[in-house]
Amino acid sequence: MAVTKSASAVPRRASGDARVAAAFIAPAMLGYLVFLVWPTLRGVYLSFTSFDLLSSEKWVGLDNYRRLVNDPVFWDSLGVTLHYVVVNIGVQTVVALLIAVLMHRLTNSSLLRGIVLAPYLVSNVVAGIVWLWILDTQLGVGNEMVEALGFDRIAFFGDAAWAIPTIALVNVWRHVGYTALLIFAGLQSIPSTIYEAGRVDGASEWRMFWAVTVPLLRPVLSLVLIITVIGSFQVFDTVSVTSDGKPANATNVLQLYVYDLAFGRLQFGYASAISVALMLVLTVITVVQYRLARAGQSDLD
Amino acid sequence: MRATTPRARRGRPTTVCATAFAALAALTLPLAGCAPQASSAADKRTVSYWMWDANQLPAYQACAKAFHKENPGLRVKITQVGWDSYWTKLTASFIAGTQPDVFTNHVSKYPQYAELGVLSPLDELGPTRGIKASDFQPGLAKPWTGRDGHRYGAPKDWDTIGMFYDRKLTEAAGLSEDELGSLSWNPRDGGSFEKAVARLTLDANGKRGDEPGFDKDNVVRYGLATNDAGGDNHGQAQWSPFTGSAGWKYTDENPWGEHYNYDQKRFQRTIEWYFGLAEKGYMAPLEDFSETNHPETQLGSGKAAVALHGSWMLSTFDGLKGVDLGIAPTPEGPTGKRASMLGGLADSITRKAKNKQGAAEWVAFLASDKCQNLVGKDAVVFPATRDGTAAAIAAHRRNGLDVSPFTRHIEEGTTFPFPVTDHASDINAMMIPAMQDVYAGGAPVSSLTETNKQINYLFQQDN
Repeated sequence: MAVTKSASAVPRRASGDARVAAAFIAPAMLGYLVFLVWPTLRGVYLSFTSFDLLSSEKWVGLDNYRRLVNDPVFWDSLGVTLHYVVVNIGVQTVVALLIAVLMHRLTNSSLLRGIVLAPYLVSNVVAGIVWLWILDTQLGVGNEMVEALGFDRIAFFGDAAWAIPTIALVNVWRHVGYTALLIFAGLQSIPSTIYEAGRVDGASEWRMFWAVTVPLLRPVLSLVLIITVIGSFQVFDTVSVTSDGKPANATNVLQLYVYDLAFGRLQFGYASAISVALMLVLTVITVVQYRLARAGQSDLD
Repeated sequence: MRATTPRARRGRPTTVCATAFAALAALTLPLAGCAPQASSAADKRTVSYWMWDANQLPAYQACAKAFHKENPGLRVKITQVGWDSYWTKLTASFIAGTQPDVFTNHVSKYPQYAELGVLSPLDELGPTRGIKASDFQPGLAKPWTGRDGHRYGAPKDWDTIGMFYDRKLTEAAGLSEDELGSLSWNPRDGGSFEKAVARLTLDANGKRGDEPGFDKDNVVRYGLATNDAGGDNHGQAQWSPFTGSAGWKYTDENPWGEHYNYDQKRFQRTIEWYFGLAEKGYMAPLEDFSETNHPETQLGSGKAAVALHGSWMLSTFDGLKGVDLGIAPTPEGPTGKRASMLGGLADSITRKAKNKQGAAEWVAFLASDKCQNLVGKDAVVFPATRDGTAAAIAAHRRNGLDVSPFTRHIEEGTTFPFPVTDHASDINAMMIPAMQDVYAGGAPVSSLTETNKQINYLFQQDN
């Protein structure tokens, strides 16, 4: 915002600037139209058709949406996805906040910050496969440890009860550093004078965390939540390379279902309808989150 | 922090990434259609051929060499793509217009391609017009006859199911080769098959599955290996030897049936007994199956004593270190007969093949005894012609393997066909979770009646 303000303060010839601005915006705008707006519109259109990719699409009206309402696999899949999001976001946010506060209050070491971020440098697919091997029932070092601790080996990715929490935690492992860094940036925007004042008043670290850090971090936290929740709903790659929907659809998250419908069963129309439904669900969740957390306002003023 | 604000707002477009991908793929369609057809002289000389089995690549390279000798004007370009990405790549190639002239096809996949109209009828092309069902082992050609009566594949090989076991373990359990070769089962008490499997099961205290005090929750070696629940291939290497020998049939007609029978009592009783083996601790549980723990791995690591599997796995099982491999035929069932699904691959020509004439020449050559004998000598699969099969049997004998447990199904006529119907991928999508749910999820076998209803509903909608 500050940038816009100072720019508008400088006197200028409006028409000349507009032309230059348009030239600068054009490439991004073109990409936005070609790669985002058009595919979105086309996707919405396809959701009203029956389309197998090889023959041309047929208009079927609301058929796909009628099928969606009556499709038990879709509702089951939505439930699985929600289960994943709750575990993933719940654990990730708490751990990331903890790491961020520790980084903020205890150390300035950039080495430590680098280590925290390290898992984020690994791609989802690689992280998924590495954890698949670590937790393998027969060969995995993780299961060797479980056994050494005196428990039975656990089929982390093969057991219906374990699979979703396991995948959710694998993704927490990968993303928590990045989330922590975002929160850490937010923490740095809190003036240190407030903490000094708190210390003068004799407040403990614990009290300052709840009375100073959390309230002042609210706008940042809620934005981080909006980003991570949206990302979490889109989980696909980690599931695809580990449990792939098994056992018995216990890990059949929405994006996996969409992928299988489209590229496995060539039902692009119905797959588009589910994508549109997911888009609507996420829009609602985002708006509600935004309003509830008053993410646009700060308590700093 | 400001920098992340617009990204959060822009969340909406990214949520439709799958849709966008689909739409983008759709967008490329007209483009592919507009591209000028590069029909050069090279196209007329080259025949592109796709296959997935790397083990068979040397045999087919030998075939190509022999083919080049007979047809000096033609060159076969073989591309091998692993099974896991083969079908996705193939479908994508049809969309992009980069499909091969000829490709190895599978009975479970071809109905969809036939439905999409991307296959070329072989009986309309000169060189392949003469291919007859009687050129091959009985039952191999029929599934490849489309609904319209045209032939869409020239059979190239066949497979049946057998029982692979570790002789060291069966001998220690006091089971002779003759006993293992004459087992029978029934859905009431499992018969001599269940007794043998129980005998081969061992718990942590050293108790066998048929001994008092056996602890089914603490098994260190299962009698029977797990190979997933079999929902993706109609139980071919899992339960189909049992449902088949119980006299049950998948569909009202085959090929091109329009009504599945997964709701029938005979099927459900067999399935209940089969997955009951896991409950009793004789068969490994579903969660023991993984990409790193296939049946051959379970046998190799001593976690299982017997594995039901297809003849295409012969060389893999034979190569297991530390296993003294024995092979027995699948057990006799309530019908008093054995039964095995007759699987088989075929070569298909694509409708938009750039070199149709050359493609047909190559397919005709692949189906001829000349190539089939070369494939047989390589001893990886059983070729589709009688001569080719004989060559494979002889090659296996030279390697010290008696493959009669597989070939006897052909000789005795105890095979049944893979159910060829429309909607194969939709049926898979329903059967995979349904069977896993019965295997491990505690769903009653009667839940398959509902699954069957949904499957048959697909066919009712067509009419």
